[in-house]
Amino acid sequence: MTTDVKKQDSMSTGAFAPHQDPPTGHKAPEGRVGAGLFDPGQLVRSLPDAFRKLDPRVMVKSPVMFVVWSGSVLTTVFSFTDPGDWFGWTISAWLWLTVIFANLAEAVAEGRGKAQADTLRKAKTDTVARRISGSTEERVPGTELRIGDLVVCEAGDVIPGDGDVVEGVASVDESAITGESAPVIRESGGDRSAVTGGTKVLSDRIVVRITTKPGETFIDRMINLVEGAARQKTPNEIALNILLASLTVVFLLACATLPPLADYAGTHLTMVVLVALLVCLIPTTIGALLSAIGIAGMDRLVQRNVLAMSGRAVEAAGDVSTLLLDKTGTITLGNRQAAEFMPVRGTTEAQVADAAQLSSLADETPEGRSVVVLAKEEYGLRERHQGELAGAEWIAFTAQTRMSGADVGGRRIRKGAAGSVVAWVEERGGTVAPDAEEITRRISEAGGTPLLVAVEDARGARVLGVIHLKDVVKHGMRERFEELRSMGIKTVMITGDNPLTAKAIAEEAGVDDFLAEATPEDKMALIKREQAGGKLVAMTGDGTNDAPALAQADVGVAMNTGTSAAKEAGNMVDLDSNPTKLIEIVEIGKQLLITRGALTTFSIANDVAKYFAIIPALFAAVHPGLDKLNIMGLSSPDSAIMSAVIFNALVIIALVPLSLKGVRYRPVSADKLLRRNLTIYGLGGLVAPFIGIKIIDLLISLIPGIG
Amino acid sequence: MGPVLAGVLQLLALMAALALACKPLGAYMAKVYTSDKHLRVEKWIYKGIGADPDTEMRWPAYLRGVLAFSAVGVLFLYLLQRLQGHLPGSLGFAAIDPDQAFNTAVSFVTNTNWQSYYGEQAMGHVVQTAGLAVQNFVSAAVGMAVAVALVRGFALPHSRLRSSGGTPIRTGELGNFWADLVRGVVRILVPLAAVAAVVLVACGAIQNFSGIHEVGQFMGGTQEWNGGAVASQEAIKELGTNGGGYFNANSSHPFENPTPFTNLFEIFLILLIPFSITRTFGSMVGSVRQGYAILATMATIWVGFVALMMWTEFSHHGPAFEAAGGAYEGKEVRFGVGASSIFAVSTTLTSTGAVDSFHSSFTGLGGGITLLGMMLGEIAPGGVGSGLYGILILAVIAVFIAGLMVGRTPEYLGKKIGSREIKLAACYILITPALVLVFTACAMALPTPANSMTNSGAHGFSEILYAYTSGANNNGSAFAGLNADTQWFNTTIGLAMLLGRFVPMVFVLALAGSLAEQKPVPVTAGTLRTDKPLYTGLLVGTIIIITGLTYFPALALGPLAEGLA
Repeated sequence: MTTDVKKQDSMSTGAFAPHQDPPTGHKAPEGRVGAGLFDPGQLVRSLPDAFRKLDPRVMVKSPVMFVVWSGSVLTTVFSFTDPGDWFGWTISAWLWLTVIFANLAEAVAEGRGKAQADTLRKAKTDTVARRISGSTEERVPGTELRIGDLVVCEAGDVIPGDGDVVEGVASVDESAITGESAPVIRESGGDRSAVTGGTKVLSDRIVVRITTKPGETFIDRMINLVEGAARQKTPNEIALNILLASLTVVFLLACATLPPLADYAGTHLTMVVLVALLVCLIPTTIGALLSAIGIAGMDRLVQRNVLAMSGRAVEAAGDVSTLLLDKTGTITLGNRQAAEFMPVRGTTEAQVADAAQLSSLADETPEGRSVVVLAKEEYGLRERHQGELAGAEWIAFTAQTRMSGADVGGRRIRKGAAGSVVAWVEERGGTVAPDAEEITRRISEAGGTPLLVAVEDARGARVLGVIHLKDVVKHGMRERFEELRSMGIKTVMITGDNPLTAKAIAEEAGVDDFLAEATPEDKMALIKREQAGGKLVAMTGDGTNDAPALAQADVGVAMNTGTSAAKEAGNMVDLDSNPTKLIEIVEIGKQLLITRGALTTFSIANDVAKYFAIIPALFAAVHPGLDKLNIMGLSSPDSAIMSAVIFNALVIIALVPLSLKGVRYRPVSADKLLRRNLTIYGLGGLVAPFIGIKIIDLLISLIPGIG
Repeated sequence: MGPVLAGVLQLLALMAALALACKPLGAYMAKVYTSDKHLRVEKWIYKGIGADPDTEMRWPAYLRGVLAFSAVGVLFLYLLQRLQGHLPGSLGFAAIDPDQAFNTAVSFVTNTNWQSYYGEQAMGHVVQTAGLAVQNFVSAAVGMAVAVALVRGFALPHSRLRSSGGTPIRTGELGNFWADLVRGVVRILVPLAAVAAVVLVACGAIQNFSGIHEVGQFMGGTQEWNGGAVASQEAIKELGTNGGGYFNANSSHPFENPTPFTNLFEIFLILLIPFSITRTFGSMVGSVRQGYAILATMATIWVGFVALMMWTEFSHHGPAFEAAGGAYEGKEVRFGVGASSIFAVSTTLTSTGAVDSFHSSFTGLGGGITLLGMMLGEIAPGGVGSGLYGILILAVIAVFIAGLMVGRTPEYLGKKIGSREIKLAACYILITPALVLVFTACAMALPTPANSMTNSGAHGFSEILYAYTSGANNNGSAFAGLNADTQWFNTTIGLAMLLGRFVPMVFVLALAGSLAEQKPVPVTAGTLRTDKPLYTGLLVGTIIIITGLTYFPALALGPLAEGLA
């Protein structure tokens, strides 16, 4: 019966669990991720920033857009040499617009982060710390605190820096960081000792040992992250940039080598035309939006209250192939619940239900409440209030007795852990029915927790039946794991339960694998084993003993309620402390990569139509046959080139919302994703510019004196 | 039987023969490159060149082997030509001029076989047989070795491909260049070429060491005919995708290619190894399906080009074309329009460059197809070895874009495509377009090179564009018409061939080294499947679009301007 004792223990601590049942992944009908809002007004507000970014020292960071910028300068200079040439001026203007649109996309993406940073800064007002030196207390500015300093915070004080509570318990308002207004308890020792600078103590008094230097606190890092100041290009972004740069070089060569060929053919190409051709060919669409996509990806995490400490971690999230999920709170609801009343021979279910209910009225643990709820829902037993039964004596549940009960009218009813109840019955000279043991064993094997219900009355002390307590798998988890499997992600449930219990829950929840009786060392070993096979592992954790595993995992999401060691070790922090969010994080990571790939494909596919617009315009005069390539029937060479340039600029603005929101992502297999995105962005990218350029050409030809 | 039907039937026969041969040959080649044993003759060779065939090489060592061996090859061939006047068996031909000797030496070592000389009027038996024919074997074997090294980069370390004396292969090791080179020659090229030579002799190609014969002509007057070891050179010329003819007329000369059957057989030889090596690749990376996907990509492009070529050559309008039933100018009547179209496409889509008809005389669009075929980078199916590594580089690029679209850091064959890999692949695809476009633009901008053109207008421009495209892509065929034996062309085309061959090899081997150091990523449902038709389609699309976009302006001013006029 040792396992029973263990379970009962976990049940009793469950009574004090601070975790609210985290919301299960409620499913929006289309695309869980990517619901970011886009407000066109942001474009106007970000315009000044877009102009500021025209500084060549800023432009040079994006090779593609730097080429467009240089081209704009060149055409503008050439237009000055021939001021009467309206064509040159128009092209120059649209080239500048192309650059500005690109800057605008980035500025809008950054703008969203700035707003959040401003809110955070408000929390970071200069605080005065009450530092303990020796036995006295001195008042120093928060900025002068050093690691290891001890500070006192009382009700109403703002905590001056990140640290661990070393003395006392207090309720703390963390809404400045989490946005959650309900206060949280912080106490010395254990896994809830970390406090964050900028949060406010609401009651009681705590002593905090400072663990970070001023300027490197959690809030400082958050501000840097959301503002994008700490943004570094991620590995995949660098790789894509290289590819785009090399395509740019190829097209630069194709355009730069064209003049002698054209001269031989008998036509002279002006610098304006060459630059226009070049800008149309190089991948400006993706080049313009690349950095906005990256910033927006981080931003989508922030909107879900997840802080990624590096963009690298967000990308890694998309690559994750193994998810380690804690059973409690992630897969199952935080607490076990009564699922069934099972009578021993000679008793009825109703009798067990009645006795169970009575004996649980004084049990305020979630398990005890669930017994009362089950009795009401399944057996129609109205909840009786303790006052209703006169003369009844109530025995509350305690961790020591591990029983609760009631003495009503000569009947003494008890309910509790099997070991305790058996001892209680035997003490009173009663016997335990042999089938009670049989039922207990069956429940344990099925992964449940048995609670015995016993009574002592005129017939003596005896066991009436067994309450089957079950872990309740959160609604919708099975479907979620199904989706993850189709995405090629393996889920592993981590639990302290014995293998039998773990197996039963794992099967019910539909996870691929489980790790039972898991110690931090087991977790670490599992992560290393998966990584040795080339897999990327993601996990969540909150305790100090999770820290090594969080550091080892490719994506380690620390709960904000966790210790500072855990937060330090992970590469993301979930401010809501909701372990289910790991799944959303993976989806956001994938969405980020997909958006990049889709717009790259779109950008390259666009070029085909632009050639069909520009090449006949350039050469049909000397090689009339090439007019057959003018399949769009564009009205004049000038109009054709302008239409291509204008389309090229407008498509950037048109795609800003998409790059900020991200391409719609659905959890399906790679094959289906590729087929879908290739159809939309590949074929769409081929066809769309033919239509777009034709429409612009029609509009231009309406302008008198041009068409 | 109409000429169209004849062409289609020949195409089908060719495809059937290739389908039969590819699997066993590919599997055999995989065995050759993964075997532990050395043949006795190979041991003698290793002893002779002082190489240890069992040392595992990392990519820099492998590259040093490739470059050193090729440098010696160029030097030897150059000297052989410069000293021809003093060598026996030279049929009385004098030494070759320095610029032409440089061009020819580079041409044969780079597997290009661009010929700015007339074979029967310049090269004696010794240069042809001990110089050019030898390079026909070894330059092909070098290409295969580099391809195999790249394949090992993908395959290692999860499957041990070569045990070197029982020591396990460490990460980053790519095999041994000398072993790969020697085995390619001894176990693959020589046996196949021997069989092919016998077939060619049996069908009427000549094989002797006789001198120059003066032969009377039907209409009076005389002409000179050379003898020579033609059939043996012809066999390796096609099999090794070399293309350098014994005679100037190349495979349209009846001594090289006497009958319609030998014509089809020579096309078969051209395509045999490039297609088969996809199977070798599949076997070595442990998934024949991956090999099939690459094969399907190559075959799709090849069949598409053949169909286009037949269509433009058969359906061209104009009284002469209609009277002849197709564009017959510059084509041998004994082969016909269909077979000539298949040959032209096959020779330009592989880096062969042998011709049985004159590409300059194809219709404007037909000439464009031969040009575009080379511009694809010789990958469908491409040169022996070089075709495989070329298409694998493009596969890496395609996988990168497509991989992003499935939401993962892109990976190909279990290897992640990160910034280092993309950098190397991007450099690879930059080289040949840069060489072609810059040299062409220079030739057009300078006053003298254009004097070499025989034609004016768009067709004249095509001659020059074709020459550099052929050189930089190591094809070696000529558009005919251009007088390429000038100092300018000998030098610049020589440089284009040299850089177009070895600079990409640097990137290929560096990429192989980078891949070989990586731990493979396991395949899951979230992995982009690169062995499915969808990916093949994507790869074909990527190849056509990237190449098309690069060369569209140049093509527009040449073949398109001519063909659409």
